[in-house]
Amino acid sequence: MKPAPFGYERPRDLQAALAVLAEADASVKIIAGGQSLGPMLNLRLVEPELLIDIAGLAELKQVERQGDELVLGACVTHADIEDGRIPDVTRGAMQGVAGNIAYRAVRNRGTIGGSLSHADPAADWVSALSALGAKLTLRSLAGSRIVAMEDFIVGALESALRAGEIVKTVHVPAMPASAHWGYVKSCRKTGEFAHAIGAVMIDPSAATARIVIGAIDSAPIVMTDAAELFGGRVAGDYKDRFDSRVAEAILARAGVSDAAHRHIHVNVLKRAVREAAA
Amino acid sequence: MRNERDFPSADGAGAGQGVGARLPRKEDDRLMRGRGQFVADIRLAGMQDVAFVRSPLAHARIRAIEVPERYRASVFTAADLAGVRPIRAVSGLPGFKISEQPVLATGKVRQVGELVAMCVAPTRAEAEDIAATVTLDLEELPAVHDMRKAREPGSALVHEEWGDNVFLETNFEVDISRAFDAPIKVSREISTARQCMSPLEGRGVVATFDHRLDQLTLYSAAQMPHITRSGLSECLGMEQGRIRVVSPDVGGGFGHKGILLPEEVCLSWLTMRRGHPVRWTEDRREHLTASSNCREHHYRITVYADRDGRLRGIDCEATVDSGAYSSYPFSACLEAAQVASILPGPYLMPAYRCRTFSVATNKCPILPYRGVARTGVCFALELILDLVAAEAGLEPGEVRLRNLVRPEQMPFDNITKKHFDSGDYPEAMRRALASIDIGGVRARQRKGEIDGRRIGVGVSIYCEQAAHGTSVYSGWGIPMVPGHEQASARLTPDGGLELRVGVHSHGQGMETTLAQVAHEMLGVDVAKVRLILGDTAMTPYSTGTWGSRSMVMAGGAVATACRELGERARHIGAKLLQHDPAVVVLQDGAVRGFNGSVTLKEIAHTWYRRPQDLPTGVDPGGLEVTSGYKPQRDSGTFSYAAHAAVVAVDPDLGEVEILDYVIVEDGGVLVNPMVVDGQIYGGLAQGIGTALYEEMPFDAAGQPLATTLADYLLPGPTEVPAPRLDHMETPSPYTQFGVKGIGEGGAIAPPAAIANAVNDALRPLGVELMQSPITPYRVVEAILARSDAERPVA
Repeated sequence: MKPAPFGYERPRDLQAALAVLAEADASVKIIAGGQSLGPMLNLRLVEPELLIDIAGLAELKQVERQGDELVLGACVTHADIEDGRIPDVTRGAMQGVAGNIAYRAVRNRGTIGGSLSHADPAADWVSALSALGAKLTLRSLAGSRIVAMEDFIVGALESALRAGEIVKTVHVPAMPASAHWGYVKSCRKTGEFAHAIGAVMIDPSAATARIVIGAIDSAPIVMTDAAELFGGRVAGDYKDRFDSRVAEAILARAGVSDAAHRHIHVNVLKRAVREAAA
Repeated sequence: MRNERDFPSADGAGAGQGVGARLPRKEDDRLMRGRGQFVADIRLAGMQDVAFVRSPLAHARIRAIEVPERYRASVFTAADLAGVRPIRAVSGLPGFKISEQPVLATGKVRQVGELVAMCVAPTRAEAEDIAATVTLDLEELPAVHDMRKAREPGSALVHEEWGDNVFLETNFEVDISRAFDAPIKVSREISTARQCMSPLEGRGVVATFDHRLDQLTLYSAAQMPHITRSGLSECLGMEQGRIRVVSPDVGGGFGHKGILLPEEVCLSWLTMRRGHPVRWTEDRREHLTASSNCREHHYRITVYADRDGRLRGIDCEATVDSGAYSSYPFSACLEAAQVASILPGPYLMPAYRCRTFSVATNKCPILPYRGVARTGVCFALELILDLVAAEAGLEPGEVRLRNLVRPEQMPFDNITKKHFDSGDYPEAMRRALASIDIGGVRARQRKGEIDGRRIGVGVSIYCEQAAHGTSVYSGWGIPMVPGHEQASARLTPDGGLELRVGVHSHGQGMETTLAQVAHEMLGVDVAKVRLILGDTAMTPYSTGTWGSRSMVMAGGAVATACRELGERARHIGAKLLQHDPAVVVLQDGAVRGFNGSVTLKEIAHTWYRRPQDLPTGVDPGGLEVTSGYKPQRDSGTFSYAAHAAVVAVDPDLGEVEILDYVIVEDGGVLVNPMVVDGQIYGGLAQGIGTALYEEMPFDAAGQPLATTLADYLLPGPTEVPAPRLDHMETPSPYTQFGVKGIGEGGAIAPPAAIANAVNDALRPLGVELMQSPITPYRVVEAILARSDAERPVA
């Protein structure tokens, strides 16, 4: 379990990193915390010719509040969020998610941008940030573009990143005071990847709900207007109106063919809804 | 100095260090500070690393192995290993078919991960790079992946020359037809998953050749260095004296490290061929996919009982997936053939039948894992006894109490002639039931849970035969039959004590517990007792550490050697005191007479430095004794424990949480109860792994599907509850101090207790699980299957 030989660059700033990325005529991987890429390299599941290490780039560790949203650099670690070292606009939701990602050793090094770029459907940020309505700034030498979370994750381990592009920042909208948050995952054991995730942000006073079913074999199911799960409308009684059969049908349509898996996903989601209402 | 500060001093009374003392472990000082010396810590000048090319297919004919020209000198295949013989682990049991395991594949590959070529380079990464350039031209053959289908006619054959896939079939029967008219008859199929042993440290090998001694030295993480030496000698065709096996600190064995590895043979050959030291360190993927599988049992079992729950008989067909090869020295039939003799356990029954099959498949060889066969047997028997209880309308605990061997029957020969030395099994069960508060749990169940989970309680009990010796193993005809166990004891010139034993310690704390035995005999401060183990050049021959035998056998040998040493010291001491030897005693580290005493230190000083003061006729053997030991009966000690678990099962998510866990254990006289507690905690963790987490699945092509620890789940600190332990102490009548072997028991009973608790929780839903591990998926699947079955047809 030793990686195949690879080249290694540690650029001094983002511009230099993008330049190396743009110029490389070899297969390239960006490495930040290395918590997923490290094992994959060791198992020789990926054999890039060049690694570009962005873990030292100060620009990617900045966090600032811009109007109604919080902008986090891609190299902010899970532990930075867990420990409250950065501001929060989600009324503790992100802190709660961060504190339950894998194990502390992983959280110390793993980054929010790295997790999203890896696009593992079972990763917490993939589901949680979709439910929070986050957007990402993707940057290349040619410029930058903004992509909503639900458009960013395309499939299992597949993102909308193009060649030459990296995740620069994550934009998290401030959670309205009237919104309810629920996040539940089912793991075989503490710290392992989830086999079912339910992430919900429900605002009964605005009659809106963002509902995510995650940790399926493809991109998470993101419902930006989830009224159908609650009998057609989102209101104060949403907890009682949650319809498991609709959730079940949505999962079946998404290709989750195994009844036991669907059953677990539906119940995890139901608990997330209940947690939001609590 | 450190030890003298940390340990109760022997000065004064000398109390608190002998048999029964809860001493902290001496070895933990280095192990807990990261100063242990494991195989992977060894650095030798000029050492190079080895990576293996392993078979990517479960079953294939090798057409060609292509090595790029530039690496020809660094890559070795079977064709290079002229004169190296395959590993042959035979058994003398009638009908046993012999497999030959080439150390590098020849002709065919029979499992994923089988060694095909050996690549050597200055670093492991470079060796892996070379391995990646070797291409295998393989003709894939149908894989034998299901042990039950493997017995059907027309199955592909793992070893063509056999004509079938059965290593060994056995049959044992006592009056089974007399049970057939019993009013209660329950039949089930019950199975345990294939597992990986997963010690913290995997295997590792460093091989080097010493021309001065004309000796190959093999450093290996091994439980049984002397047996490894015998195996190497057979494969390499070298005299045993030309081979030294050193096993340094070992990070957990559990049976996995009792096996002769093809890698050990390969590296031994390689260092002699290349003229420099070589190293191979098993990585976790190799560990999971290529070598350390265990536990895969299937039972078709029927229990006959009277209405009052009393057993009339058990009828069983057990199949064990033995994998592709017979492992040295225990052989491929260790598990299945034992099942027939140990299934009845501590229960009374007038009739019994068991057929067993050890089946070859295209998977890793099955290896003995802590509890060897007993975990599966306990799972099968204890699960089906709960169904007898349900049929009889009795509490499961009550069914046990009505059928367990009673204390007044001891010593007791059960229906398979296992000789139980001592114990009160019903009392252990009664205490477990009381401690788990069975009445309280039943009341809680009637009330129901506010969170919708279902509560269940389960019990299990087992016996652990340990330190069984010549009379048991001679019949097996395997390459290793234990006889007497030896130990050497030597007083150093400054009054310290050196002990040399052929068993090894890989987490059991024997550097402490054997020192306690010596202290018990001689009164030497435990801090001044040094254990030397794990080196064929420094220790008496021993079959090593397996079968929970070390405290009984090596403990007995240390006591015997120390007793003889003490006698010699007493005679010297008497002379120094100017007494008749008949009137002096050895007590608390000194020889004492009417009006004075002389310490062992002074006696040692006299023997080594002032021999002019020795009595005439002194024993010329001096203060160094090698002596041997066997218990009065070598049919084994029987320790046992009753386990009881309370679980909460979440029917929505399938999750199982252990709310309470009780263990009432009887290991005879405990040399160090704290070390025993540690053994039980560790065993429980492994048992919980078997019950709820660990599984090595294979697909129909024989590919192992759990190749990293993200797929192969081991319980961690958050999954293992703190059990409540209760010790009983029934001495063995046959052993020194009345000790019994206890090393494996912790891992035997938990899967059955937990599964019974889960089934107790789900029984009102009409759901039962008869397969380990009990995963969330399996729980939900079983519940859904039941509700489908009950749904009225529209």
